[in-house]
Amino acid sequence: MSDLVELYQELVLDHNNRPRNKRAMDDASNSADGYNPLCGDQVSVFLKVENGVIEDISFEGVGCAISQSSASMMTQNVKGRSVEDARELFGVFHSMVTREPGGDFDASSLGELEALAGVCAFPNRIKCASLAWHTMAASLDPNKTEQVTTE
Amino acid sequence: MTTQSFDVQAVRRDFPILSREIGGKPLVYLDSAATSQKPQVVIDALASYYSGMNANIHRGVHTLSQEATEAYEGARGKVRQLINAAEDAEIVFTRGTTEGINLVAQTLGAQRLGPGGEVVISNMEHHSNVVPWQILCQQTGGRLRVAPINDDGELLMDEYESLLGPQTALVSIVHMSNALGTINPVKDIVALAHSHGIPVLLDGAQATPHLPVDVRDLDCDFYAFSGHKLFGPTGIGVLYGKRQWLESMPPYQGGGEQIKSVTFENTIYNDLPYKFEAGTPHIAGVIGLGAAIDYVNGIGLTRAAAYEHELLEYGTEQLQGIEGLQLIGTARHKAGVLSFVLDGIHPHDIGTVLDTQGIAIRTGHHCTQPLMQRFQIPATARASFAFYNTKSEIDALVEGIHKTFEVFS
Repeated sequence: MSDLVELYQELVLDHNNRPRNKRAMDDASNSADGYNPLCGDQVSVFLKVENGVIEDISFEGVGCAISQSSASMMTQNVKGRSVEDARELFGVFHSMVTREPGGDFDASSLGELEALAGVCAFPNRIKCASLAWHTMAASLDPNKTEQVTTE
Repeated sequence: MTTQSFDVQAVRRDFPILSREIGGKPLVYLDSAATSQKPQVVIDALASYYSGMNANIHRGVHTLSQEATEAYEGARGKVRQLINAAEDAEIVFTRGTTEGINLVAQTLGAQRLGPGGEVVISNMEHHSNVVPWQILCQQTGGRLRVAPINDDGELLMDEYESLLGPQTALVSIVHMSNALGTINPVKDIVALAHSHGIPVLLDGAQATPHLPVDVRDLDCDFYAFSGHKLFGPTGIGVLYGKRQWLESMPPYQGGGEQIKSVTFENTIYNDLPYKFEAGTPHIAGVIGLGAAIDYVNGIGLTRAAAYEHELLEYGTEQLQGIEGLQLIGTARHKAGVLSFVLDGIHPHDIGTVLDTQGIAIRTGHHCTQPLMQRFQIPATARASFAFYNTKSEIDALVEGIHKTFEVFS
């Protein structure tokens, strides 16, 4: 049960129940769609990037608690950061959710995102947690393909 | 038939994996619709083929090859008896149900379907009984028609009948739904289709582990199923076809084994069923499937089905008593499957919580996305049974569902 409590922390459930920045954005400068064919999780990420800074970010989608709360927390954390910073943060987040259970990670820049640290004990849920991030990264990639998938 | 007359504990001892623990908890395996577990006799049959008999078949004069050929062809006879086909030549070994359906689509389907022609399936088909026909329609200019279902997950027979006509080249329908558990009135469907002169393929992947199947009584033209859902190995399946069709159909794949003689100018194809078995087959898989059929016969499918029906009734009653749970698939005639959704909790999260309790269920769209769209849900959680499951495992499931609500409260 302890892994489970670690996974579904109060903050995670709160973001699942009351997702932040969950809306479409008409005037987005960047956007992408992500899909996890394994479980059907879907997320669209919208960004407004001005002078290399993410001025606004939102998402829409359906999926499990992990995918929805991860997307919600991501939007909160990334808003106001530079594109470069956001990419770097994705790297830190990715290292956290893919580390060996019990392993160390650098929490200094993660803030609330640390609540998803328990995902690493559930290897088949890592894709749920990282879907929104992959989608955001794709929206910032000029060579992006039409749709991101986790497979 | 009562539970007392079916010694489920003795049956469970035949399946070594069922004594496994998951995270310190006894495994509760409720995912047999995805794949069944294997009894020791099947595992032993695979090992003894490789350790004592391994040779290629149908071509060696040496003893090993003769023994392997006899074991392989012996298993074909067991399959024939299992589904009551008229002759061994009507039993084609495939990789699984999917390959059987693709085989029919690309041979008989390609012969019969042209522009304006139609293939009729239903709203509850597995992707493997949708996509091969879509491919065929794209190749031939034919059209795919989909028979609708009601909210309980039952075919609307009047609407089904209205889809059949002179334009219908072929009918393909699932015998028992993997996502809902619905058992379709396939004998009536065959009779209806035959009254229009339309051949019928039945997808028997889910039905064969749960129901006695008699292809001559059903009078279906084809019946496809998989070994791994019938307590046999993965990678082996069966396509039954009536001789008249198999003879008139072109080969599906060319290669060794399926020919009588080859020159660069011309090839004479082998007799049935070898015309459809190009290349060295999955010999061990066939022998393992034969062992699985022997095992199932020893249990008795009719007896097992009665026991499973009790499990299903018990499980249905228990799950219906949980507030916030909705069963998806409540057909009057169903078997082995309890698909459900919980208010406000995604099936994927249900699956993770249950897994921490040692309970294995399937979550997702079950390769039936059009069916999920019909019910306007992204996914379900599905508990599926075999005759080795128990009422106390259903109790564990119910407890796990309560725990899920607790975690998300």
